[in-house]
Amino acid sequence: MKEKKSLLSFGGDKKQRGRFLSFAIVIIAYIAVEILMKTGNLNSLFTSLLVPITCYVVAAIGLNLNVGVSGELNLGQAGFMSVGAFCGVCVSGMLAASIPAGIPRLIIAIICGAILAALFGFVIGIPVLTLQGDYLAIVTLAFGQIIKSIFMNAYIGMDSEGLHVSFVQSNFKLQPGGKMLLNGPMGATGTQKIANFTVGAVLIIIALLIVYNMMFSRSGRAIMAARDNRIAAESVGIPISRTKMLAFVTSAALAGAAGALYGLNYSTLVPNKFDFNTSILILVYVVLGGLGNMTGTIISTVVLILLPELLRSLQDYRMLIYAVVLIVIMLVTNNEWLMTKWKSLFAGKAKGGA
Amino acid sequence: MAEKMAENGKTPILDVQELGIDFGGLTAVNDLNLQVFDGEIAGLIGPNGAGKTTVFNLLTKVYKPTRGKIFFDGKDTAGKSVVDINKAGIARTFQNIRLFGNLSVLDNVKTGFHNVTPYSPITAILRLPKFFASEKEIDEKARDLLKIMELDGYADYLASNLPYGAQRRLEIARALATNPKLLLLDEPAAGMNPQETEELMDMIRFVRDHFGIAILLIEHDMKLVMGICERITVLNYGMMLAQGTPEEIQSNPEVIKAYLGD
Amino acid sequence: MQFLSYLINGLGLGSVYAIIALGYTMVYGIAKMLNFAHGDIIMVGAYIAFFAITKFSLPLPLAVLAAMAVCTVLGVVIERLAYKPLRQAPSLAVLITAIGVSYFLQNGAQLLWSSSSKVFPSVISTGGISLGSASVSYLTLITIVTCIIVMVCLTLFINKTKTGSAMRACSEDKGASMLMGINVNMIISITFAIGSGLAAIASVLLASTYPSVYPTMGSMPGIKAFTAAVFGGIGSIPGAFVGGLLLGIIEIFAKAYISTQLSDAIVFGVLILILMFKPTGLLGKKINVKV
Repeated sequence: MKEKKSLLSFGGDKKQRGRFLSFAIVIIAYIAVEILMKTGNLNSLFTSLLVPITCYVVAAIGLNLNVGVSGELNLGQAGFMSVGAFCGVCVSGMLAASIPAGIPRLIIAIICGAILAALFGFVIGIPVLTLQGDYLAIVTLAFGQIIKSIFMNAYIGMDSEGLHVSFVQSNFKLQPGGKMLLNGPMGATGTQKIANFTVGAVLIIIALLIVYNMMFSRSGRAIMAARDNRIAAESVGIPISRTKMLAFVTSAALAGAAGALYGLNYSTLVPNKFDFNTSILILVYVVLGGLGNMTGTIISTVVLILLPELLRSLQDYRMLIYAVVLIVIMLVTNNEWLMTKWKSLFAGKAKGGA
Repeated sequence: MAEKMAENGKTPILDVQELGIDFGGLTAVNDLNLQVFDGEIAGLIGPNGAGKTTVFNLLTKVYKPTRGKIFFDGKDTAGKSVVDINKAGIARTFQNIRLFGNLSVLDNVKTGFHNVTPYSPITAILRLPKFFASEKEIDEKARDLLKIMELDGYADYLASNLPYGAQRRLEIARALATNPKLLLLDEPAAGMNPQETEELMDMIRFVRDHFGIAILLIEHDMKLVMGICERITVLNYGMMLAQGTPEEIQSNPEVIKAYLGD
Repeated sequence: MQFLSYLINGLGLGSVYAIIALGYTMVYGIAKMLNFAHGDIIMVGAYIAFFAITKFSLPLPLAVLAAMAVCTVLGVVIERLAYKPLRQAPSLAVLITAIGVSYFLQNGAQLLWSSSSKVFPSVISTGGISLGSASVSYLTLITIVTCIIVMVCLTLFINKTKTGSAMRACSEDKGASMLMGINVNMIISITFAIGSGLAAIASVLLASTYPSVYPTMGSMPGIKAFTAAVFGGIGSIPGAFVGGLLLGIIEIFAKAYISTQLSDAIVFGVLILILMFKPTGLLGKKINVKV
């Protein structure tokens, strides 16, 4: 009956296998990709997609905590990525002189991005979490739009006098030799690319640890209880707003961390990158992967990012096919008749094999 | 034993004074006085629409009263929230069962320990020693409660997959997990067959004796009410019609009239 | 007097939002779904009107009718093929499907008509009338008048016709409506038809205001109109009207008096503020949960 107690113990036993599967997938995928890269078998397109994939996986894991586990529709996850990205880029730019080494600076930038996004999440969470259902979704959508327009108008730079921030271009002046960090609609330019795939893979593992350890604990039970039945949850002493806030802020922090990594993977990054469509895209990864199912989220994110690339040979038709695939998956997975047929097929096979 | 304590003039654990609530122009409950004493099983009965569940919602602060006061454990509960009331020691079940359908039976009970064995999310994320100690304690206590409510065979089932009677018992187990001083049961025997009801009566008595708590229950099954309640309050049209021992209630002409009509 | 012309321009923009928001709100009220493809129906309508005028040199009213016909059919077909099978599915599945439909329409349009934007011909005369020192273009006036006509017709339809009362019944309780002999599927189809037809009217007004037509042109007005519907209380028809007009006015005033670039941030900021104080929108119904 002795259970090993470590960061990786979850307390369950049957559920544990499912959770280990997601760690195993990440680690195996990481090793496989590293081998392919070392042997030169990975083309440049896929290599360039590695870091973005890890970023979206982390943001999607966070969103699944919010949408799947906490049951609140969030249409602004890209907004939190945006906060993390531009915070990360600015932090990295400011520290470039004092910390020349890439990896420590990247880690600091990711942590700062996560913290700032979490703060934004907290502030947004106050009005959001008093609302219910679709009204909550629209506030997150509004937040995403607000963040986008703010970054479109933000001018941030650093010179010998320190940090300058302005929302009016004409008011913004830097001393000679100063460094522009954010340039309004042009976003971040001249960013030193310090992101790498290994850090991304580690970030996924950390995100999984945070989300799983939270899910299978007092807080996780409270979050799921508040999702399943608000009134009953309150009746056993679970404060709904605080509980939902915990999921919301954690989700935002993960998106912020992902954003920081994303921002430091490109030399230029425009605020338009993180618009409503990006939020929706992350939501699609989550829903297709399965609500509350982190392994599914990882797989669907990777597949859906790669799908348009794999369909490249179909040229102009690829996004059309992507759309059709999306609709068909939803229709099929929600068709009771088809799903029972599908399950009985598997059950039959299992019996036949035994 | 319990009646005697009540008659000895002890201060009641729950003391409702002239409680009333209006919905728009409609008075749902009016001028209700109700006491529940330590270790007592009290009943609240009345015809359909008499306002019984509304009384429970008032006691647990789902609704804010328009008039009157509710004292619990000697303290005025005015201004408290649903969560505060549970922390203060009132737990309840629901007439239309409200379980956490996607959680396992065991986890449903564990949610009840939210404020009984608390630890922070950071403790959980970092899997600090306190997490393991607390979870072990919660797990043991939750399994004990499942055993008491005869649900131990169902621990890993999804709550929504339980048979009806078991769902009602799970609600009681979950409410007990919050370590209440007063347990409110809203039609605990609804939908149960006579044998199940019989078992439930034993369970309710056992819970009262084992945990030493007071129980107030709403029920339509007169056999159950008369069998286990030590004192009964009858509600009609939101007003108190009668109060007394089961024998007194059974022979009260007003009550008979309210139930059978003129 | 600048204030007056901003106000009228705000009402003009708001009228377009209101017409689109009516489609969102009706579909939400009856089918209980957020139809994110609604904005893209507008885009299709704009293309149809564009080709009707440029290729077939139809007069404006006929072009509008053609756009309405195509959009109405499109709306009903989409509902039947993509949404109807999901009537019992979780709302998130329906939402994702709507997003899929939106991608489909945008990319379909891109394939058919290329992604470059086309200049919408100025079929509504460019002049205007002056009110004191403020001048108002005919287009703005036509937009406002159209919106009022639409609103009046829709209110009469909902309140005076048998179909209208069936729609109201469906939005209250679909199960009970079915038991009363209402063909719920038919009512949902009619709702989609009306919403899409309105989107076509909005598309012509929109395309004439910013005289360009392109595959993603419906996204932003779609989001704004959705916001307007929430502003007023989603599911409420007068709410969509009020919400649309308010949103238009706030947007124009924010552009005029505060900042052009930050106007979107201000619009959405006001939305959040309103929802903080009126959690179900201005005219939305309070949701009561029975315990």
